Amino acid sequence: MSKAQIGQPISRLEGHLKVTGSAKYSGEFNLEGLLYGYVVNSTIVRGKILSIDSASVKKIPGVIDVFTHENRPSLAWFDMQYSDMDAPPGSPFRPLYDNEIKYYAQPVALVVAETFETARYAASLLKIDYEAEEFDSDLKKNTARARDPKVGLATMLKPLPPKPKGDFENAYGEADAQVSSAYWHGTEHHNPMEMHATTTFYEKGGKLTIFDKTQGTINSQLYACNVFGLSFSDVRVIAPYIGGAFGSGLRPQYQLFMSVMAAIELKRSVRVTLDREQMYSFGHRPPTLQRVRLGATKDGKVTALNHAAIAETSQFEDYTEVVVNWSHILYPVENTLLEYQLVPLDVYSPLDMRAPGGSTGLPAIESAMDEMAYKLGIDPLELRLINYSERDMAEDKPFSSKELRECYKQGAEKFGWAERKPEPRSMKRGTKLVGYGMATGIWDAMTVPSRAEAMLDKDGKLRVNSATSDIGTGTLTVMTQIAADEFGLSVDDVTFEYGDSDMAFAPIEGGSFTVSSVGSAVVKACKSLREKLLKRASRMENFSLSDQGMSQVRFEKDRIVLSESPLVAVSYFDLIADNNGKAIKADTTSVPNPLRLKKYTRAAHSAAFVEVEVDEQLGVINVTRALTAVAGGKIINPKTAKSQIVGAMIWGISKALREETISDHRFGKYMNPNLAEYHLPVHADIHELDAIFVEEHDDIVNPLGAKGLGEIGIVGMAPAIANAIYHATGKRINHLPIHFDDLL
Amino acid sequence: MNNFSYKKASSVQEAVGQVSGHSEACFIAGGTNLIDLMKYNVAKADALVDLNTITENHEISEREDGGIRLGAFVSNNDTAYHPLITERYPLLNRAILAGATGQIRNMATNGGNLLQRTRCYYFYDINTPCNKREPGSGCSAIGGYNRIMAILGESENCIAVFPSDMCVALSALSATVNVSGPDGERSIPFVDFHRLPGDTPELDNNLRHGEVITSIDLPPKGFSQNYSYLKLRDRNSYAFALVSVAMGLELENNRIKEARIALGGVAHKPWRVVEAELFLENKEVNEESLGQAADIILKGATGYGHNDFKIDLAKRAIIRNGLMALNPAETQLPGAVPN
Amino acid sequence: MSFCVYTFNPAAMLTENAPILPKTERSFDTKSITLTVNGKPRELNVMPWVSLLDALREYIGLTGTKKGCDHGQCGACTVLCDGKRILSCLTLATMKEGAEITTIEGIAPSDTDLHPLQKAFIENDAFQCGYCTPGQICSAIGMLQEGKAHSREEVKELMSGNLCRCGANVYIIDAIMEGIK
Repeated sequence: MSKAQIGQPISRLEGHLKVTGSAKYSGEFNLEGLLYGYVVNSTIVRGKILSIDSASVKKIPGVIDVFTHENRPSLAWFDMQYSDMDAPPGSPFRPLYDNEIKYYAQPVALVVAETFETARYAASLLKIDYEAEEFDSDLKKNTARARDPKVGLATMLKPLPPKPKGDFENAYGEADAQVSSAYWHGTEHHNPMEMHATTTFYEKGGKLTIFDKTQGTINSQLYACNVFGLSFSDVRVIAPYIGGAFGSGLRPQYQLFMSVMAAIELKRSVRVTLDREQMYSFGHRPPTLQRVRLGATKDGKVTALNHAAIAETSQFEDYTEVVVNWSHILYPVENTLLEYQLVPLDVYSPLDMRAPGGSTGLPAIESAMDEMAYKLGIDPLELRLINYSERDMAEDKPFSSKELRECYKQGAEKFGWAERKPEPRSMKRGTKLVGYGMATGIWDAMTVPSRAEAMLDKDGKLRVNSATSDIGTGTLTVMTQIAADEFGLSVDDVTFEYGDSDMAFAPIEGGSFTVSSVGSAVVKACKSLREKLLKRASRMENFSLSDQGMSQVRFEKDRIVLSESPLVAVSYFDLIADNNGKAIKADTTSVPNPLRLKKYTRAAHSAAFVEVEVDEQLGVINVTRALTAVAGGKIINPKTAKSQIVGAMIWGISKALREETISDHRFGKYMNPNLAEYHLPVHADIHELDAIFVEEHDDIVNPLGAKGLGEIGIVGMAPAIANAIYHATGKRINHLPIHFDDLL
Repeated sequence: MNNFSYKKASSVQEAVGQVSGHSEACFIAGGTNLIDLMKYNVAKADALVDLNTITENHEISEREDGGIRLGAFVSNNDTAYHPLITERYPLLNRAILAGATGQIRNMATNGGNLLQRTRCYYFYDINTPCNKREPGSGCSAIGGYNRIMAILGESENCIAVFPSDMCVALSALSATVNVSGPDGERSIPFVDFHRLPGDTPELDNNLRHGEVITSIDLPPKGFSQNYSYLKLRDRNSYAFALVSVAMGLELENNRIKEARIALGGVAHKPWRVVEAELFLENKEVNEESLGQAADIILKGATGYGHNDFKIDLAKRAIIRNGLMALNPAETQLPGAVPN
Repeated sequence: MSFCVYTFNPAAMLTENAPILPKTERSFDTKSITLTVNGKPRELNVMPWVSLLDALREYIGLTGTKKGCDHGQCGACTVLCDGKRILSCLTLATMKEGAEITTIEGIAPSDTDLHPLQKAFIENDAFQCGYCTPGQICSAIGMLQEGKAHSREEVKELMSGNLCRCGANVYIIDAIMEGIK
């Protein structure tokens, strides 16, 4: 029996393919006769298309066709048919549906040509006449229009704020110390390195095999079938490798629609790849205005908490995220007022982006807590401990597990928090100011229903599959480890297959729930397969079992043996032979037990510690050192887990100091839709970063005890940086990102 | 991006001949800016003449006057790392390496570096008015998001900035640009090569159609003892300057004998004010003298809202960079970040 | 352990059955050019407007070189041209006639072995989604050949032309530093 694979720092199993360039992404499947589609986007924000001169473009040699709302195939009628697993309440956008323009860069046509170059050129010549109407895309100018969000399916996973408790205004007024600050969080775009692409292979008889950049193969399959009225058996969606997504692939994006539409209409295989500018036309982290008011006693007990947010959404969907709920789960305050409202504007619907809501809300909460700490003269870490929640007061429930205290302790120790001098501007290195900052992080540990299939294949090897995807998080490696342990195998002897809608159902990969959800399904499927194999084995000669069944046997690389007398065994080869040479399969659904789970609040926690160096004369800021301590339950693979956290910390640095989508509201559009002016951090921006995992045992959250790590690393990082900048300079900057000239 | 005919030129004369009679023809060398702009449909050409195949002007060589000649078709990286440059013109080395990335500097040529176009958002977006791209259509940057825009030398028609780092050093070093065209050869002092926007923002420089840059001459004085290039931007590398400063100082008995200061990221061309350089003569290098020089350089600077900070920042950067120039061995860090 | 336990059957089957043929264009200006890619001459019939990147990916079928922006803003398309790192999206295929192009598919010493940097990337977990990886590795090889990077700070600066959205930066630089020692 191989040693446990869970807990081993195993290198990514697809590593070889990725470093040799042989891993193929959705826009890289080539086929003779493949056609190229290039999308044309609107150049007005709101109004109507009056006419499109397709005819002259069709005359360009190499152009096959031009699709617009005028000649598109007939499409589904009902909103529900355009909906998807991540759709907010409202009416989903329908590409090429009619002549109405609802936001800048709305896709209005697809030019299909024999080559990419011809399609791109022809798309640039397509002349469209519009009738433009008044629009408004400016959140700051429209806060008076804020209203409560509509409730829908999506609000189940993203609950609206709880009702007020106690009497906030009174408690705030009577508090010994008060903090009241406003925060601005700008628009951000996902910007995965790979641009969205879909290659639709049109096969004989009209079957479609679709390679799509998506975080949910089944989500894309459902969408394509519903919108175009296709049969599920005729549509297969594959997402082999995904060049990052961070939420951009949670909804079927318009390149999928365009590619499938053109393939069906032309009965040819068609690829549509968006360009980088178009990557700014289908969803973003929404700009959000927030106010936090805290009241506390002299000794640091927070008695009044108000966190209010006003966020942008589109005119057609009410995108919501959990911005303001976290503070009350973190801090046990008696008097709370949590508010969240939306302003519909002439933009595309916002879209979940890594740690949606949390990474917007926590910077406000954790900066306000920091401000309170300085006001009271209490160490910021001490203030968190004074207000530590042993129980979730927001819902009055215990936590399924919560080792946040250990995160504070171990993180502070490893970082050297004790070296911090309390006064702002009191630490220096050479001519530079040095600041230490910290913040708390929290993220839901969700589990959603998933399926997995485990089988002993015809060669007697264990194969497990699920339609889930791997956006770079390490799903393949981690699921292989989980399956390997169920059979006592090494990862080399297990094959995990994924990213294919023909496989066992999996939800979209997001919300940090893949390991817990799909992982639980893998465990269950393997268990079920073991039982099935044992049942068959027990029917074989020379292998008699008493009633104890499973506890009497051991599963080895190629056989089941009796624990007591290891010479008595049934080989997998024999089991397959007994099954007429066919694979033996077990397909199961893992459904979280809602009644049991409902009794607990399930969350991952983190503590982020940051050191910044500030050149005060020029304002230049560097995060010279940072450490995040994470309580995320069982760590399946410490190597990929650490990469998730450190990668998310870099997102935190980016959010605090680098990335921002610039809008010009006179034009209702984004002015930096490219990677030259949308500043992602470069290598030279990244200094010493470390992550540690504290022990956390949790047998409630899911059978694996794992909480998911995709998001917990980002949420505390940006506020810890802002707090460190305050400590270094005495300047509190409450908007993100912080530019160096904010410190001049 | 439109299609075009493509020809490889074998000599400067041939290249000039192919482009000069043809208004929609264009030279291509490194291509790092031209192809980018063509893909955005900002630049359009129906014929490209490739200069890389020309046999001349691929060298960096010493001149009789003791100066150096930079072949126009030498890559930015080969120029920066050339021993003659690292030893005698370290300021140029620093400025080149502060620009773009290792890959782009391997492609981009010296001639092309002078001809790169502004990175103004509105210039790049063909769906917004821009006088530089479409004369007479208006300037969207004025009244728009103008964090990266000019504070000096701008006009009511255009507030774009010139993005090069290399050229900031070439300006400070008083280089000369040698060009060849249908009317023969001529030399243009570097300070006169680029233009201010005025009423003709569509013209970045004084090169005529059909003229090709063949080389750039550096005078003998390289300020190799006391120099500094400082670049301030929104990330530590791979971003255009919000403010950059190139400075060369010749010192004698702790006083300035000669000073050269050029700013990048603030105007439609590298910004050099000789009056400030003369002011510094016989002064000690300290915050006060540098600050006074900065005030002269920044006289009349105007902010447009988002870029107001550049005025103050430029002064601070001039002061810091002057102090850095006292000890280049210790202050010149990768990426031209402040020491 | 072996690296390659995972094979994606449906995808592999599709591509095996569908060989990629060099495209020919019917417009006026196509030209036959020969590119030397990973030591092999490749004859292509292309129009001048085909970038080296698209020639590699769409016409030759070497998709290891990635398109992350198509505008010289990300570094994902980095290849080696006569040993020097360049961005294949900002040059035309026709301009590279006669040059030796090396892509990620051509850097390993043999089919069974990996370049030391490829190994270091796997070992250091220097990628997540893997999309920037070929560009990072080609850029690092070019940078090491330039011989100008010695310290970690210098490596970070000279590798800053390659963006990574997953945030593998620390481990990418760790892997490259192994190549410097």
